[in-house]
Amino acid sequence: MNTCQEPVIQLMHAYLDGDISRQDEQQLKEHLFACQHCREMMDELKMSALFLQGAAPLKAPDGFVSGVMARLPKEKSQAGLQRQLRRHPLLAAAALFFILMSATFFSSFGDNQQFSFTKQPNLVIEGETVIVPAGEIVKGDLVVENGNLRIEGEVDGNVTVIRGSKYMASTAVVTGKSEEIDRAFDWLWYKIKTTVKDIFPASKSEPVEE
Amino acid sequence: MDELVNKRINEVIKGNQDAFEEIVTLFQHRLYHVCYRMLGNPQEAEDIAQEAFVRAYVNIHTFDQKRKFSTWLFRIATNLCIDRIRKKKPDYYLDATVPGTDGLNMYSQIAASGDLPEEEVERMEAQERVQYEIGRLPEKYRTVIILRYLEELPLQDISDILELPLGTVKTRVHRGREALRKQMGNM
Repeated sequence: MNTCQEPVIQLMHAYLDGDISRQDEQQLKEHLFACQHCREMMDELKMSALFLQGAAPLKAPDGFVSGVMARLPKEKSQAGLQRQLRRHPLLAAAALFFILMSATFFSSFGDNQQFSFTKQPNLVIEGETVIVPAGEIVKGDLVVENGNLRIEGEVDGNVTVIRGSKYMASTAVVTGKSEEIDRAFDWLWYKIKTTVKDIFPASKSEPVEE
Repeated sequence: MDELVNKRINEVIKGNQDAFEEIVTLFQHRLYHVCYRMLGNPQEAEDIAQEAFVRAYVNIHTFDQKRKFSTWLFRIATNLCIDRIRKKKPDYYLDATVPGTDGLNMYSQIAASGDLPEEEVERMEAQERVQYEIGRLPEKYRTVIILRYLEELPLQDISDILELPLGTVKTRVHRGREALRKQMGNM
């Protein structure tokens, strides 16, 4: 058996790894020249490495790529969004703020059940119904919340009814826009519009609670 | 190439799934090859290599773009292969006849663990023999030998892929090489 094993084998591996010092390489070569057993061992190591390196690279089968694409979880604009949020904390904060803000808008839509309307001269109130009497002319916008509106006369402005119904007599005249709001989104939109109008005061009238 | 890959990765992160297709196309053969050599079975190799790409896609935001994408991808794939090898239960017998192959048994289907009679080994073609010899290596040597000699990766890259110290990788390459020499004998 070989008596010069361990240190020389270390040198052989260092040589095969390609990180051997010039001095060690010289030492190894001298030893291999002198020792037939180690020479054979070195040849075998080289051969087995070379044998593996001769293996042909294999190609992925046809349809591999489409197979991967089919296995991907469905995107998932949501996941993209999640990643975006993870990357941009400011965006996340803004989104959270918006969600909370809209929650307050929506909840106040449900909470506020009080009957209220725009105070205008010459309006007649019967229970929860606001009446524009025949022959009268209401100057300015008219907003009725949680109540009904009956128009027999004339309104020189916009008419808005929130959670209520509107009756127009045949003699009724509305010069501005006329709308009925009874859904949360309509209401949100209305709220945003009036907020903007409050900031840039263009409207003349304010709702007054009764 | 790294620049192109990172560009595509950023597109994927923004939610563009199609950009991932280019990444798969670029790396499919190398990844499949490693999986095939690790597992020794084309169906399993395809399954695991595809799974590796899916995992890469799902976790793409955890990839550090200052590093090599191929290293990260190889890490996912080798981990999956190692898991598969360890979990693999012998749910078939080597001698069982494969249905519809007129008497072929599982020996002809997998070139994997288990020693064959010498004369049978000598009749193998070189490509088949490579797979047979790799399959006989213990799993921890098999992985480094495949990465070193079939992928021809530098030792440092192998250390990054397997998250092992460089010294450990060297030792495993040495032992793997020694094991190969012993099992192959004098060719």
